Amino acid sequence: MRFARCLGRFRLMLPTFPRRAVLRSAAALFLGLLAGAPVRAAQDAPLVAAAADLRFALDEIAAAFARDTGRSVRIVYGSSGNFRRQIAEGAPFEVFLSADEAYVFALAKQGLTVDEGILYATGRLVLVVPEGSPLKLDPELADLAAAVADGRVRKFAIANPEHAPYGRAAQEALESAGAWAAIRSRLVLGENVAQAAQFATSGSAQGGIVALSLALAPGVLGTARYATIPERMHKPLRQRMVLTKRAQATAREFYRYLRQPAARAVFGRNGFALPGE
Amino acid sequence: MDTTALLLSLKLAALTVAILVPAGIFVARFLAARDFAGKAFVEAVFALPLVLPPTVLGFYLLVAMGGSSPLGRWYEAAVGHPLVFTFDGLLVASVIFNLPFAIQPLQRAFEAIPDDLRHAAACCGLTEAQSLWRIELPLAWPGLLTAVVLTFAHTLGEFGVVLMVGGSIPGETKTIALAIYDRVQGFDMAGAGFMSAVLLLLSVLAIGVTFLTSSRRRDRHRHAD
Repeated sequence: MRFARCLGRFRLMLPTFPRRAVLRSAAALFLGLLAGAPVRAAQDAPLVAAAADLRFALDEIAAAFARDTGRSVRIVYGSSGNFRRQIAEGAPFEVFLSADEAYVFALAKQGLTVDEGILYATGRLVLVVPEGSPLKLDPELADLAAAVADGRVRKFAIANPEHAPYGRAAQEALESAGAWAAIRSRLVLGENVAQAAQFATSGSAQGGIVALSLALAPGVLGTARYATIPERMHKPLRQRMVLTKRAQATAREFYRYLRQPAARAVFGRNGFALPGE
Repeated sequence: MDTTALLLSLKLAALTVAILVPAGIFVARFLAARDFAGKAFVEAVFALPLVLPPTVLGFYLLVAMGGSSPLGRWYEAAVGHPLVFTFDGLLVASVIFNLPFAIQPLQRAFEAIPDDLRHAAACCGLTEAQSLWRIELPLAWPGLLTAVVLTFAHTLGEFGVVLMVGGSIPGETKTIALAIYDRVQGFDMAGAGFMSAVLLLLSVLAIGVTFLTSSRRRDRHRHAD
């Protein structure tokens, strides 16, 4: 071949081209693509956006729903404010369980939901104090300002008040107790209330304010203790759920299921007050 | 162990490599072989994801692909589902944030090929395509392998952009990195620990492969001297 002769003096420089390795990795790549294919199969299960305080209660209800109906839902937990934004931006959620009804009303106003939804629960706040923390377990939060002043509290966890309803309620409770100004600089903010609970009990913070539903879930708080904060210290956490305009049959069935006595009992067991009782 | 999330991550990584590396070969070879006005600017743009905070990239992608943007509206009208919070949107984001990881090693590899060789190939009557396939790619294969491995590994690990653009939807946009984050919030440290170990292993393998190829190349150069 003409070009081979011409390239003769460069021949020595050519490293061996690992054809077999290339073929093998190409095959592996292809297999990887194929392995990814079954991911699509689960996609007919409707997507449910749920406030992070529901993490354990809703898992239990979804499992019962799957048992009773043979259908499943895919639940994403996060902060209600984030979901409100994501749904407005076109996220494919079919059911939205908010921890704050204002987000549901805002979406309804934009015409993104079927109706204005229904109230399904009222949430409660708790003060969480991990084992060995010098903080007093006082539901009225009277000790907090003093604990910041004398250095007993260096870090205190709540959810981000900007977009997490439990964070906002925690801020209101701290304001009612007159401790907000003092503790502001000591706050660690969870992206949602479940992360705040994780921060509060990790041992790196001396306490936190989270949802009662998370405090009651088995194994969540470990050895931490908690005290329920009086409802008068914050605006009620009125939790509203709604079907979005994308809702299909399974989502509607799940929405109905959430209002059945069995589901309501799970909410009740997990520290939620139920509407109409 | 969230196998759905792991499979999703592997699929995303494989597709990103399949799209980005072939495109990267042409871009990198062009940048390596040509000089033109504004070349530094083009190179800087392709390198930008290296230094740009992922949340900044995530923010702009969210704005550019969201339901209220022209691109987002056009895509939803054409395909029937939105671009953000879907696998497709995640793939677009993944291709963009991996640009430097594919292009840089390829460009370095093509730059290391002496111009003489390209000229010799041309004077032997090889077309550009033949020269690329038969001469340059075989010489640049360590760079190619590095590009593939880095892009793949980086896709598995990316967090900020994926969270902002994808929204952590199971089976759709919840990658293994997001699953770890989610497990920690679900107080499942054992699950998070296992998945972290899997990612650690994959990362060590990826780095191992790239270092092995570059050291083998150095050895060969030493022998040639």
